Amino acid sequence: MAKIEIDEIRCKGCGLCTLACPGKLLSLSEKINLQGYTPAAISFQEKCTGCALCAEMCPDVAITVFK
Amino acid sequence: MQQVFKRPISLKDVQTHFCPGCHHGTIHRLVAEAMDEFGVQGRTIGVASVGCSVFLYGYFDIDVVEAPHGRAAAVATGVKRARPDSFVFTYQGDGDLAAIGTAEIIHAANRGEDITVVFVNNTTYGMTGGQMAPTTLVGQKTSTSPYGRNQHKDGAPIRMAELLAQLEGVAFSARVAVNSPRNIIDAKRQFKKAFRYQVEGKGFSFIEALSACPTNWGMNALAANERVGTEMADYFRLGVFKNTDNL
Amino acid sequence: MKRLFVKGNEAVAMAAIEAGCRYYFGYPITPQSDIPEYLSRELPHLNGEFIQAESEIASINMLLGASATGVRAMTSSSSPGISLKQEGISYMAGSELPGVIVNISRSGPGLGGIDASQSDYFQAVKGGGHGGYHIVVLAPSSVQEMYDLTMLAFDLADIYRMPAMVLADSVVGQMKEPLVPNKRPVADLPAKNWVVRGKGDGEQRVVKSLFLGDGELEAHNWKLHRKYQELKARECRWEAFQVDDADLLVAAFGSTARIAKTAITMAREEGLKVGLLRPITLFPFPEKAFLDATARTKKVLVIELNTGQMVEDVRLSVARDAEVGFYGRPPGAGSLPTPEELLEQIKRTIEV
Repeated sequence: MAKIEIDEIRCKGCGLCTLACPGKLLSLSEKINLQGYTPAAISFQEKCTGCALCAEMCPDVAITVFK
Repeated sequence: MQQVFKRPISLKDVQTHFCPGCHHGTIHRLVAEAMDEFGVQGRTIGVASVGCSVFLYGYFDIDVVEAPHGRAAAVATGVKRARPDSFVFTYQGDGDLAAIGTAEIIHAANRGEDITVVFVNNTTYGMTGGQMAPTTLVGQKTSTSPYGRNQHKDGAPIRMAELLAQLEGVAFSARVAVNSPRNIIDAKRQFKKAFRYQVEGKGFSFIEALSACPTNWGMNALAANERVGTEMADYFRLGVFKNTDNL
Repeated sequence: MKRLFVKGNEAVAMAAIEAGCRYYFGYPITPQSDIPEYLSRELPHLNGEFIQAESEIASINMLLGASATGVRAMTSSSSPGISLKQEGISYMAGSELPGVIVNISRSGPGLGGIDASQSDYFQAVKGGGHGGYHIVVLAPSSVQEMYDLTMLAFDLADIYRMPAMVLADSVVGQMKEPLVPNKRPVADLPAKNWVVRGKGDGEQRVVKSLFLGDGELEAHNWKLHRKYQELKARECRWEAFQVDDADLLVAAFGSTARIAKTAITMAREEGLKVGLLRPITLFPFPEKAFLDATARTKKVLVIELNTGQMVEDVRLSVARDAEVGFYGRPPGAGSLPTPEELLEQIKRTIEV
């Protein structure tokens, strides 16, 4: 059981986390955040293993990981 | 559930001014993690340079001195000599360290100053708008090399980590990249080694981090990230070039 | 107290140590090298640090770094080297950092020569680097003053949180004279609660000169300006020699003032009423001393070892109806004026 939380306000929508996720669970959403970026979002949260590679990859420290 | 990944305490909980996909943020985090690892935050004095890196004090919760362009290693020398018990690091870009500050970095390294230098190499002057840097790759177009860097006219890009490794005063010199989870994990190890050298009073440590500058490269974040691992890492080989104590 | 017989440059180094300076960063250049030589010998025994830097640029930035931690630190050089230090001096002024810079100046421009010179007056007092700032500038004219004013430079730098310069030349730097090595004066120094030290559990401290916020830099510059006004009000120093009854006031500083003094004594022997007003602080310039002196004495002759620099500040300071003349020799081998030469100029000015 694992979970990630993406800070939608901090996220700059660079998409680097989408490269990092071994399960390809991350993608950029269509909505626009306060900064004007399209923040990353997770689909199939239940498939997340909590490996934290997305968080390691995020230049904005916008991802918190629980396991 | 337990939190398995969190922001290091040395890093302030604020939004950075860096562009989307810029690796400065990641490198900042690795520096902060290394500070946390050794518990040196409270006795750290950071030396900020000129460029996108200047806002060091806005992001790290540490005391900071701002240096003139290129002079961070000289400022750090003064700080460390006057306060030998403090942990002193500089954080400099390629224009700052490898062009205008070449004399200062080489001589601080050669004296074996007990400081740590974090060198961010993104092959361009980021803050001023993407001009040619000492590390710009041959053929790379920038705002001041519109026809591409010409080796016969502009020289070849400088490999600082290898160059500094030649000096007797340097205890540790390595080059890392933060463009993939694997490289980030390795970079963490090297950052910790670089910091450990100073924590144990073992001399000058230098760590060069290859970094993407999507905005000035005219690329999106993913393409810029990829360039770090291909074009850049081809010329600027990742690795440890000096590790005197085999840490 | 005992008297010593030492060179002016050595007096600077001795004074720095007496003032508690334990950190020196420099680079060799004639005619100031006695200072780093002396300190390289003495500082290691005092738990201090001496670094011969790779350049003047590096040495001023080492001074910046050391000063940011709160210690007393110094660098010295001569004119071309001082030019290289201007970048760092501007950053120190902007970051409100104390620190002492000694300029045993030489002739220029360019490589010029090593002879005594006062050509760096403008550079020193008008803010030699970019950005519109001032530093304290002290102009000794004897070995004793080299010693006393160096100690004063450290105090003023600490009190006003700004760089302070001792501006001299090879005449006072290389000359040997008797020196009474006075004890460090007791000064009312403010606590350095701004230094970087490693924050521990306290507040973050930042020493910087970048101010990008709306209105921040303007406010910062007004703050610096107020300090300069405060310096003008409180710290002007000058020597008045036989000015009370003078028909002619000679104005000169540093080594030139010594020669002028001899010429004035010769003039007095001939019955001419001549006095000397010698600014000791070049910044702050003793404007009021000139205004007051020219309330009575309407003729002023400014003598400098250049083609006219301090004369501009004298003209801005004197009473409106005072006449200010100038006699100068551009520096170089053989250009140091003799007392007889200055006496002739004094007579000529009086006759006009």
